Amino acid sequence: MGVEGIGASVARKEDKRFLTGKGRYTDDMSVPGMKYAFFVRSPYAHARIKNIDMSAAKDMPGVIGILEGKQLQVDAIGNIICGWMIHSKDGSPMNMGVWRPLAHETVRYVGDAVAIVVAESLGEARDAAEAVVVDYEVLPAVTEAVKALEPGQPQLHPEAPNNLIFDWQIGDGAATEKAIAEAAHVTEITLRNNRLAPNPMEPRATLGIYDSAEDHYTCYTTSQNPHVARLVMSAFYNVAPENKLRVIAPDVGGGFGSKIYIYPEEIVCLWASKKTGVPVKWTCDRTEAFLTDAHGRDHVSTVKMAFDKDNRIIGLKVDTIANLGAYMSLFSSAVPTYLYATLLSGQYAIPAIHANVRTVYTNTVPVDAYRGAGRPEATYLLERTMETAARELGVSPAELRRQNFVRTFPYQTPLIMNYDAGDYEASLEAAMASADWNGFAARKAEAARHGKKRGIGMSCYIEACGIAPSAAVGSLGAGVGLWESAEVRVNAVGTIEVMTGSHSHGQGHETTFAQLVADRLGVPIDSVNIVHGDTDKVQMGMGTYGSRSGAVGMSAVVKALDKVEAKAKKIAAHLMEADESDIVIENGEVKVAGTDKTLPWFQVALAAYTAHNLPAGMEPGLKEGAFYDPSNFTFPAGCYICEVEVDPETGVTDIIQFVAADDFGNIINPMIVEGQVHGGIAQGIGQALLENVHYDPQNGQLITASYMDYAMPRADDLPSFKLSHQNTPCPSNPLGIKGCGEAGAIGSPPALMNAITDAIGNNNLTMPATPQKVWAALNAAN
Amino acid sequence: MYATNYHRASSVQDAVKLKSGADEGKYLSGGMTLIATMKQRLASPSDLVDLRHIPDLKGISVNGKSVRIGAATTHFDVASSADLKAVCPAICDLAHHIGDPHVRHMGTIGGSVANNDPAADYPSALLALDAIVVTNAREIKAADFFTGLFETALEDGEMIVAITFDAPAKAAYAKFRNPASRYAMTGVFVARRDNGDVRVAVTGAGADGVFRHSGMEAALAANWSPDALAAITVDPSDLMADIHASSEYRANLVKVMAKRAVAAAS
Amino acid sequence: MAKVKMTVNGRQVGSDCEDRTLLVHFLRDNLALTGTHVGCDTTQCGACVVHMDGRSVKSCTILAAQAAGSTITTIEGLAANGELHPVQAAFKANHGLQCGFCTPGMVMTAVDMIRRHGANLDEATVRAELDGNICRCTGYHNIVKSILAAAAEMAGAQQAAE
Repeated sequence: MGVEGIGASVARKEDKRFLTGKGRYTDDMSVPGMKYAFFVRSPYAHARIKNIDMSAAKDMPGVIGILEGKQLQVDAIGNIICGWMIHSKDGSPMNMGVWRPLAHETVRYVGDAVAIVVAESLGEARDAAEAVVVDYEVLPAVTEAVKALEPGQPQLHPEAPNNLIFDWQIGDGAATEKAIAEAAHVTEITLRNNRLAPNPMEPRATLGIYDSAEDHYTCYTTSQNPHVARLVMSAFYNVAPENKLRVIAPDVGGGFGSKIYIYPEEIVCLWASKKTGVPVKWTCDRTEAFLTDAHGRDHVSTVKMAFDKDNRIIGLKVDTIANLGAYMSLFSSAVPTYLYATLLSGQYAIPAIHANVRTVYTNTVPVDAYRGAGRPEATYLLERTMETAARELGVSPAELRRQNFVRTFPYQTPLIMNYDAGDYEASLEAAMASADWNGFAARKAEAARHGKKRGIGMSCYIEACGIAPSAAVGSLGAGVGLWESAEVRVNAVGTIEVMTGSHSHGQGHETTFAQLVADRLGVPIDSVNIVHGDTDKVQMGMGTYGSRSGAVGMSAVVKALDKVEAKAKKIAAHLMEADESDIVIENGEVKVAGTDKTLPWFQVALAAYTAHNLPAGMEPGLKEGAFYDPSNFTFPAGCYICEVEVDPETGVTDIIQFVAADDFGNIINPMIVEGQVHGGIAQGIGQALLENVHYDPQNGQLITASYMDYAMPRADDLPSFKLSHQNTPCPSNPLGIKGCGEAGAIGSPPALMNAITDAIGNNNLTMPATPQKVWAALNAAN
Repeated sequence: MYATNYHRASSVQDAVKLKSGADEGKYLSGGMTLIATMKQRLASPSDLVDLRHIPDLKGISVNGKSVRIGAATTHFDVASSADLKAVCPAICDLAHHIGDPHVRHMGTIGGSVANNDPAADYPSALLALDAIVVTNAREIKAADFFTGLFETALEDGEMIVAITFDAPAKAAYAKFRNPASRYAMTGVFVARRDNGDVRVAVTGAGADGVFRHSGMEAALAANWSPDALAAITVDPSDLMADIHASSEYRANLVKVMAKRAVAAAS
Repeated sequence: MAKVKMTVNGRQVGSDCEDRTLLVHFLRDNLALTGTHVGCDTTQCGACVVHMDGRSVKSCTILAAQAAGSTITTIEGLAANGELHPVQAAFKANHGLQCGFCTPGMVMTAVDMIRRHGANLDEATVRAELDGNICRCTGYHNIVKSILAAAAEMAGAQQAAE
C-alpha cells in the first residue's frame, strides 16, 4: 500500500470545495432566463378532482404559466412506472395502478402533485399556487397496510382489488410447517418495522432547460443515478429521446435511496420548460420532502422460529405485510421481496424457511428503498427473534447465535443466496471483547445503585450488496441490468480521467476511485480526476445504491485499467525493445524487470498520442472502457452490540456504548469506510430511538411533516462509536470488496431494541423506543 | 412568506408610531418565532416593526436582588450575564437551554414572552418568579399576563420594554425536551423566597399554557425537598396530549421535572 | 423592493430585494454566495448558519432587511488567501463531512463555538452545542472529532503566539 493507494486513509480530494462553500448542488445552478416553479399539491389523502380553476392564479403578478395533468396527457408524457415485476404466488403479475406525474382524476396521498406554477420568483409562484382553486370530492382514506387489506376499506386503484398489489412467497412452506410441528420450542413474535423519512440534508431539486433551437433538454437533478433517470425519462415517460436529453446530477447532498427514483417533478419541469419557453427550477422545501420523498420500511411481520432440543434452528416462517404507499415507486416491489426475504437466513444455517409477503396500497407517499432497503427489515426481524428466543430458552444470546452460525463457505441458503465468504464468529468475538460483554453484570449492578436500568443487546447481521448478476436479477423481474461501466482516459501528459457510472453523493468516490488508479499506476491521486454524474460525459451507468459502488463500480474501473495497462505495456515494450511480459508499472514508472531500463509514465502516454513509434498495427491513444457485471452478490456481515441505560422516571434511553465489528472484505480507504459506518449506525439508532413517520389514520394527514415533529438524530442523541473490522475478502470481484454503505443502518436497530428490552424487562416494545413508550413499557412490566 | 413591509424603529415611541400606521402590523424582535411562522405562511403581517435597534430595550441591570432585563435582550446575553448569574442562575440556565446557540444569538426575552408559546420556557420562569412585564403603557404581573395559548394581556400596539423581578433565595428550571422540536415537552421552574413562599410553574404541558401547581407549592413550602413531592399526583386531565406525549406521560414528567428542579435549586 | 446594504466577507455590498427576502436567499440569489444552504423550513437544521456581527445566526430566519448595515461572514469568507481556516482543515483531516451539504453550517457553527469556549471544549459540550445543526451522513462522530481537534489546534497556535 502506498500513501495514497489502496488501504490508505487518504483525506478526501473533494473536501476543499465543500469546506469553502464552492460545492455546486442543483439549487446552486442558475442559467439566464431561469424561472421558479411551485407545485400545487393535494391537501387531501384521497379525493377525486372535479375541477381545476386557474383563472385567478393566471393573472397573479409574475406568473408565466400554470400547467395541469390533462395537458401532460395530451402531450403524451408517460405515467410513472415500477421497474421490477413481481408475480404473485398464483402466477399473476403485480397489480400496478396508474401514477400520473400530475394527477387530474384522483389524488391518493397528501402532497400528490396536481399542477405546476412557473413564475418570476419563488414567492410569486407560491402566491399563485395558493390561488389555483381545485375542487375536490374528498374520499375516505386508509394509511395502514394491515387495515387496507381488510374488507370495506377505501380502494385506491381499480387495478388492485382490496388494495393488494401482490401476494408473493419464497421458500419451502411444507418443510417449514413440518419443522415447526416437530420443534422442541417455537418462538413467536409480531414485529413492526417503523416507517421512516430518508431526509438527506439537501432537499430534492431540479432545473429543466429546453433548448428550442436544438430541440434538446437538459435536466439538472438531485439524483443518485442520472443515467437511469435519462433512460427512464426517455424510454417510459416520453420526455425526449436519449440523444436529446442530458441529465446532470452535480454535487448531491446525500440520498440514502430517496434520490434513486425519478419523481414527477423532474419530468414536469422539463416538460414545463418547453411549454413555457423558460428554464424552470424547482427546489423542494423540507415539508414537501416529508410529503413527497419516497419513505422507507413500514412492515408488519409475524414470525415463528422453530428450535430442536439442542437449540438449533430448524425452521423459520415469516408472514409480512408491506405498505407501498399510494403508488408503486421505481424499485418498490423489489424491496420487500428479493432485497428482504432472501436474507431471512441471516448468519444462520436454517434448513427450512418460508416467507409470504403481501404488498399493499395505502393513502400515503410511495415507499421504496431507504438505506439498507429490505435488509434492515430482515435483520430486525431475525435478530429481535433470536434475542427473544434466547430469553425464552434461557440461554445466552451470544451462545444461541454462535451455535447456529453458518461456518462453511460457500453456503447455499434455502432462499436463493449463496454466501461466498465470512467469519461470523470473528466479528462476534471482536464485538464482545470491545464491549467488555463479560463485565456487563457489574456495570448493571452499579447503574442500579444510582437508580438506572442497564441493558445490553446484540445483533448479528448479514446483507447482500453489489447487486448483482444482471441475468440473475433479470430472471427475478428487474427491468434493468445491474452492471457498471468505467472508462479510463490517459491524457497525453499522463494525467488520468476516470469516467464512472457510479455516482458520489457523499461517499467520496473522487478519492477512493483515484486511490485505485494511484495504486495500479503509481501516479499521485492529484493527477487522477473522477468524472461522474453527467450523461454527456459518461456514456452509461447504473448509479449508486445498495453499497454497489466499490464492489461493482470500482471493479469496472479495474477492468478498464487492465486494458490500459496492457496497452501501455505493449507500447513500453516496443519503446524499450523488451518483452511485453517483462514490463512492470510502479511508482509512476514503466520498467523492464531486472534491468535499469525505465520510462516515466507520462512518456508512455505521450508516445501513445504522438504515435510516432507505436507497435505495428496499434491504434494511437490510451483510453479504454469496460463494463463489469458481477458474478454474485457480496455479503458484508458483522456483529453490533449496544449498551443502554434507561432512566425509569422518564423512560429516557442513554446509549452508553455502541460497538460495531464488521466484515466488509477488502477496504480502499478505512477513514471513509468508518465514516459510512458511523452514518449508518446513526440512522439505525434514529430508527430505533427517534424517527417515525406518523400519518393521522383518520384522514391521512402527515403529522410528522417537519423537524418539529419528526425527530432527527442530533449530536447529543448519539455516542461516539467503537469500530473494528474482521475482513474476509470477497472472492467474486477483483478487489475483494463487499461494500459498507448500509451495514450500519442494517445492524443497529435490533441491537438497540434488544438492549432496551433487556434493560426494562419487557420485550413488548416497538420502534421508535421513545421515552414515552419506554416509560409505559416499564410501568407495564412492573 | 407573503409580502410584507419592513420598518426599523429607532426608539420605543418610533416603534409604536410605525405600528399604529400599519394595516396589520407586528413588532419584530429576534424573529425566531415570527419569521419562522411567516415562512410557513401561518402569519401574514402587512408590516414588521423591527425592535432590535432600540438601545433602551437592551441590557440587564441587577441592583441588589432587583433584576431588570430589557425586552430585546437575547437569550445568549441572559445566559451569559455574570451579574444575573450571581443572583439568579436559574434564569441563566433556562436561557441557555432555549433553542440552539444560533437561535439564542437572535431570540429575545421580550419576543418569547409576548408570543407565549405553550412550549416556551420563559413563561414558567416569569410566573414562578412573580415577575412584572413592563410595557410602554403599564406594568403587568406575570400572573395576569399569560392568558392562554399564544394569548397575553397585551393590548393592540402595546409593547414589552422589560421584565423585572426580585431574585429568589433558591430557584431552578428542569426541562424535558420534545425529542423532535427540542421545545419544552414539560418544563418546571421552581422558586423559593426567603420568607418560605414557593412557586412551581409548569410550561409545555398545560392544555391552556403555563400554569402553577398549588399542590406542589404547598408541599414544598412545608418541606423544601424533592421527597416532599413523592405523594403528589398531577392530574393529567388538564394537560396536553400529542404524538410525542400523552397527558398521563406529561403528568409524570411534571412531577419528575419538579423533583429534579428542587434538587438542582441553589 | 428596497436596496439592502451590508458588509459581506469584508466587502460592502448592496442589492435590491423584496422586504420578505430572507438573508439566506439574499446571499445565494443576489450575491451568488451559494455556499450557505437551506435544509429545512423550521429553523432547525443549521445548514444556513452565518456570522452576523460576530455571532452565529440562522440566515433562513432573518430578513435581509433586518441584516442591513450588519457585518456578515459566510463560509466563502472563512479561508484567507486560499489557506483553509483551521476548522476547515480539521474537518478535512478528520473526515468531518460526507455529502457536504450541512458542512458550511457545521463549520460556521464550529468557529463560533470555539470562539466562545476555546480550548475548554469537551465532547459533551460540542455535542450539546450542535443542537441546532443536523447532519444525516456522518453520525456526528467525525464532526465532533474535527471540532475538538480544531479547538486544540487553535488553542495551541494562540499559546504559541503569546
